[in-house]
Amino acid sequence: MVNAQMKAIWSYRGFIWGSVQREFQSRYRNSLLGSVWAVLTPLATILIYTLIFSRLMQVRLPGMNDTLAYSIYLCAGILTWGLFAEIIGRCQTVFLENANMIKKLTFPRICLPVIVVLNAGVNFLIIFGLFLCFLVLVGRFPGWVILALPPILIVQIALAIGLGIVLGIMNVFFRDVGQFVGIVLQFWFWFTPIVYPASVLPEYVQPWFRLNPMVSVVAAYQSILLYGQWPQWSTLIPVLITAIVVCLLAVGLYRRRAGEMVDEI
Amino acid sequence: MTILRVHNLGKAYKQYFSHWARLAEWCLPSSRPRYHIHWALQNVNFEIDPGQAMGIVGMNGAGKSTLLKIIAGTTQPTTGSIEMKGRVAALLELGMGFHPDFTGRQNVTMAAQLFGFSVHEIQDLLPEIEAFAEIGDYIDQPVRTYSSGMQMRLAFSVATAKRPDLLIVDEALAVGDSYFQQKSFSRIRKFREEGTTLLLVSHDVGAILSICDRVALLHAGTMVKEGDPEEAIDFYRALLAEQDIGLIRQERQAHGKVQTISGRGEMIVSDIRLLDSNGLPIEAVEAGTRVTLEIRSRVNRPVPEVVAGFMIKDRLGQIMYGINSDRLRQPIEHLAAGDELVCRFQFAMNLGKGNYSVATALSRRDSHVTDNYEWRDGGFIFSVLNTKKPDFVGTVSLDAALEVQRISENQINP
Repeated sequence: MVNAQMKAIWSYRGFIWGSVQREFQSRYRNSLLGSVWAVLTPLATILIYTLIFSRLMQVRLPGMNDTLAYSIYLCAGILTWGLFAEIIGRCQTVFLENANMIKKLTFPRICLPVIVVLNAGVNFLIIFGLFLCFLVLVGRFPGWVILALPPILIVQIALAIGLGIVLGIMNVFFRDVGQFVGIVLQFWFWFTPIVYPASVLPEYVQPWFRLNPMVSVVAAYQSILLYGQWPQWSTLIPVLITAIVVCLLAVGLYRRRAGEMVDEI
Repeated sequence: MTILRVHNLGKAYKQYFSHWARLAEWCLPSSRPRYHIHWALQNVNFEIDPGQAMGIVGMNGAGKSTLLKIIAGTTQPTTGSIEMKGRVAALLELGMGFHPDFTGRQNVTMAAQLFGFSVHEIQDLLPEIEAFAEIGDYIDQPVRTYSSGMQMRLAFSVATAKRPDLLIVDEALAVGDSYFQQKSFSRIRKFREEGTTLLLVSHDVGAILSICDRVALLHAGTMVKEGDPEEAIDFYRALLAEQDIGLIRQERQAHGKVQTISGRGEMIVSDIRLLDSNGLPIEAVEAGTRVTLEIRSRVNRPVPEVVAGFMIKDRLGQIMYGINSDRLRQPIEHLAAGDELVCRFQFAMNLGKGNYSVATALSRRDSHVTDNYEWRDGGFIFSVLNTKKPDFVGTVSLDAALEVQRISENQINP
């Protein structure tokens, strides 16, 4: 099954890649500056976080003296969370949004989430690349530790894909899922130490936080990008297991419901 | 060798009692059914050989599109199986997935990728597609500037850029101007000659009769008729008039033709004859001569009024001519049980040579859809010969005369 899906994806790589390009281009198609916007928008985001928090509000992280630390802390969490949330958010509507195509054309449906993930990946690469440039400019580039990023990203993306596909399929049958996920993602964001440091939380909430896989993922990014330290790999093992379980669930659900899905959209 | 074998195909849709019923089914295992099963298609069996063309007819909701979707692979069947050899191209909805902001060329590439072509193949096919669509410089303009006809041209050109082994067409050709319709039909014909199997769904009975060598009639999700196009189309026409399939029957006659009879039977046609100018029955008519079509019918139950009519159809089942007593302003009223009604239609047989069949209709109103007493297709067969007139082609005798004038240089300037 998984093998067959992989083969299908490979033989439709032209379509997948074309769709990714097309979606990227279509966003800037009728604008004068074109794909410059693809850089300007994330650049503005990064500038806002750094200028507002470090210069205007002078927010400081406990134990860190310089004003840039909080900005880097914030970006490390927000940018990666953005990737996570984009994949989940887009995957859960991908089957409904492409209802017409699914009903009228024959092609491997699994291509659709793949396109979503690649698109989110492209957006992430742009903004994260800018962020890394910014780190180099201010002299805070973490060095070799950066190599720890890709494996963590892969685990995080796997978790997002699994969740996204499960929610995407459920959303076809129960439209409530779409509404529900929007709310859950907001709660999830604020229950993860992205905007605030984990240490500000009272003692009794800490054990509950371990149930949130994103806590250790975001903590790992922060440790790499802000402190220049290798992440604590052991904290990521539960996340990896969760990601695998969720992905298996997604495959199982896809296998059982993909056929029925066409009749419902 | 068969290219497509459809075995015991069925498609059921679940109609849940409520949204919560589905959730309950997913979460709580229980044998209690939480939905009605609605069969859109049931027990469909057929096989097609390479190069054959099969038409699928049926009323709205008969299951035609469901069948095509299952064969095209967009929907999964609930029961049964499909065995298929070769590449399938489905023209279910042309222009699907075209993005308005991209140029025709970019969209063609995308669409071709969606059909599973490689970038390399697409590069080879592009000039061909462009030439066939004949939309000129528009190919490099965004698709949103296209007319719907132009979009359709482009979509058809992509979908049929490579000859498929099985081509599925669902009324897609109804759009576009007649020039392009002709062009697309001739491409389809060419494909057929090269061995492509065609599956065509249309409400245009004429198109079906002119292309298909087999016709399947679907009614309420089952295949009620499959085989000879004329026979199936007659049955379909009767079904359109009658709605109640139980009142339709087909009989094979001595001359091998099948007669389709439908209606509630208040009146039935007992005899159809074609008479020459001396009043003698004939089966072959000289083109252009005056004849009388005599239709005798028996009244079984009293009827307040009746419209009696006939139609002449060519060998493909296309209607040549038809008229009835209402349109000829001859009301027929108050017939009692046991009466016999004789209608004699007189006309000149201005048809070309060939075989024709006569359909008769007895109904309460001009439209035989309301109160159909009897509808009879293929009730009488005759042929038209042409030994006296110049040997013209076609089905209508227009009696052309010819005047030749020769103009040359020395005549103008003597």
